[in-house]
Amino acid sequence: MSGGKILLSHGEGGKRTRELIRKVIAKRFDNPVLAPLFDSGLLGRLDGEVAFTTDGYVVTPAIFPGGDIGKLAVCGTLNDLSVCGARPVAVSCSLILEEGFPVKTLETILDSMKAAADEGNVPVACGDTKVVEKGNADGIFITTSGVGILRDGWRPAPEKVRPGDRVILSGTMGDHQTAVLIARNRLELSAEILSDVAPLSSMLIGVLDAFGEKVRFMRDPTRGGVGVSLNEMAESSRIRIVLDETRLPVAEGVRGICEILGFDPLYLANEGKALLIVDGGAAEGIVAALRKTAYGRNAAVIGEATDGTPGVLMKTAVGGMRAVDYPVGDQLPRIC
Amino acid sequence: MCLGVPARVVEVAGASATVEVGGARREVSIMLLDGVSAGDWVILHAGFAIERLSAEEAERTLALFREISDATEIH
Amino acid sequence: MQLKYIDEFRDPGLARGLVEKTRAAWAGRPPMRIMEVCGTHTVSIARAGIRSLLSGVVTLISGPGCPVCVTPDGYIDAAVGLGMRPDTIIATFGDMLRVPGRRSSLEKERGNGIDARVLYSPLDAVEIAAKNKDKEVVFLGVGFETTAPSIAGAILAAADRKIPNFSVLSSVRTIPLAMEALASDPEVRIEGFLCPAHVSAIIGSDAYIPVAGKFGLPCVVAGFEPLDILCGIYMLLLQKKRGAASVENEYARVATAAGNRKALGVISRVFEPGDIAWRGIGVLPGTGLRIREDFSAFDAQVKFGIAVPSEAEKTACRCGDVLKGKITPPQCPLFGKACTPEEPYGPCMVSSEGSCAAYFKYGAA
Repeated sequence: MSGGKILLSHGEGGKRTRELIRKVIAKRFDNPVLAPLFDSGLLGRLDGEVAFTTDGYVVTPAIFPGGDIGKLAVCGTLNDLSVCGARPVAVSCSLILEEGFPVKTLETILDSMKAAADEGNVPVACGDTKVVEKGNADGIFITTSGVGILRDGWRPAPEKVRPGDRVILSGTMGDHQTAVLIARNRLELSAEILSDVAPLSSMLIGVLDAFGEKVRFMRDPTRGGVGVSLNEMAESSRIRIVLDETRLPVAEGVRGICEILGFDPLYLANEGKALLIVDGGAAEGIVAALRKTAYGRNAAVIGEATDGTPGVLMKTAVGGMRAVDYPVGDQLPRIC
Repeated sequence: MCLGVPARVVEVAGASATVEVGGARREVSIMLLDGVSAGDWVILHAGFAIERLSAEEAERTLALFREISDATEIH
Repeated sequence: MQLKYIDEFRDPGLARGLVEKTRAAWAGRPPMRIMEVCGTHTVSIARAGIRSLLSGVVTLISGPGCPVCVTPDGYIDAAVGLGMRPDTIIATFGDMLRVPGRRSSLEKERGNGIDARVLYSPLDAVEIAAKNKDKEVVFLGVGFETTAPSIAGAILAAADRKIPNFSVLSSVRTIPLAMEALASDPEVRIEGFLCPAHVSAIIGSDAYIPVAGKFGLPCVVAGFEPLDILCGIYMLLLQKKRGAASVENEYARVATAAGNRKALGVISRVFEPGDIAWRGIGVLPGTGLRIREDFSAFDAQVKFGIAVPSEAEKTACRCGDVLKGKITPPQCPLFGKACTPEEPYGPCMVSSEGSCAAYFKYGAA
């Protein structure tokens, strides 16, 4: 269709738009909610308390080792629901395409979205497509929103965190941001690192099913990494968290890149990981349960909540103590 | 001012070499060193191999740490 | 998952032993004032939490070994000025991107249309010039002797490949004479130097013999891993204890007594010594490396007819005293108030190695 490129007319609401939606987009997302192509997706009665989230995705390049912007957009929204204890019910897909964007690339991205949505057991219930003039968008921007139903009897409870609780990270840090950095290819580095982008719904709902209130509260450490998320958690809970540097899971390739560029993996973005603050006594059991799942194989206890001024500290590999504060902006490759 | 990392030389091609740090690879200039071959260890800084790393001296330094650590007398 | 030659030098058991023996060896004495000259040491010390391990035993003073911190703000203004020329690409190490000049920073000016690109290697800037023949590529050559050979190498590559649209805005400084200036300042009160690892790999540990001799100060070259630093400090304490003032080399696995002769040759082919201003300190004679006249075609100051303005200090900023080790970051009146990592007033706060940034990020402990 149309010489393989997206044209402005694809976004104007006319024949081309209908063709794009029916033959390319809706065809792939194919589900009963979307099928009538009403102005809204009708979800029916929802039994329980509703959770609602939204996120925009602008990653460059659109396709990177381990995934693409489509998979990222769906998983990101599903994970935001899951860490709040919500079983996902539906997601939306809003696309902004740059004039000239290759249709084949769009199809690859849509296929990824469908696969991620299927894995998360969720329909793409509604969507929108706009096209902007060349130069006004970086290829493709995607916004997804998600609706979920909170699990009975569990709510994120930062106020319940107390000294003795433990901090669990469900796997290795920094894979996603490192994979994207390499894919951008401005630093002439190569490494076999894949983005960790993944839908965590079944892993996390499974943990909540088994351990319930022993899990106080969870977050997904995306932009700014574990360092930022833990600071946010420490603030919400008004608690001090002390990490153990020797227990932080980091893949070898990511460590290599970090050593070369002078990066701290604590602040690198993840897209398939969860941070959980849990009852101290249940921590080992929760780690064992996570390790039995596909996306939690490298789960580990990385620290604990203690008395003291709220904030995040780390016991270093050599036994010293240092602060782990909010970073200023993204890390830059340094020579110093 | 001198962030440098130990890297293993994987392949040499004229004035350049491919080096590896924990699975991450980069092509770097070896113009500052003589006689670099695959298997050598170098220090990587700003895209250049700036010096060699001696395995023997590294072992000697670790032995020194152990000696200090285990010493029973105070110096 | 072990990174060779890195993880062995972070062993917790050996660290414990070194700390114990250090404390035992120094028991009862007032803390030894040691200046760690190199910004990479400042960051390693902070990241490993070494001050917390050796509190009461050593007072670690961060010196001016952060090339970003000692680059006068006029340099950033000159870089921004060049960036505003049409068809000009500014290529830089990440360290310089957020440093404030008198008016602005490269990062802020990117928002206004300057093409400023962060690179890992100066050779990448030469590549960009080769691929963009219609543009001028100016590389911000900031660093000490560790980086000087790489900057020189890039200029030689451009000359060799006949790439006329590449030039360097140079801001290279050398360490040993700067150490002498600090050692002779009575307000700084240094009792020993922890000498830089990779500067020493280039210039050789013998380069510190004059400092040790003239001022009677122990000098130990130490690597950047935590065990290197702990051992280096231990060696300095033992020298002090026995009244010695010699140069020792803990980083023998990389740094030699004579240094890397080939790299030194590359430096002197492209650069010659001269006087240069260190921000907050003033001009230190003979501590600059200027691009030689034979390579003036690659010297951005000559090519574009600009001079890096020498500073008129921002008065309230006490970066100079922090850099000299006269005060600690929290003693600067702007620390944490008008000067924070998000809104830095001076480079000590924004540089990844700046003392003030390290204090802020990792805590003073």
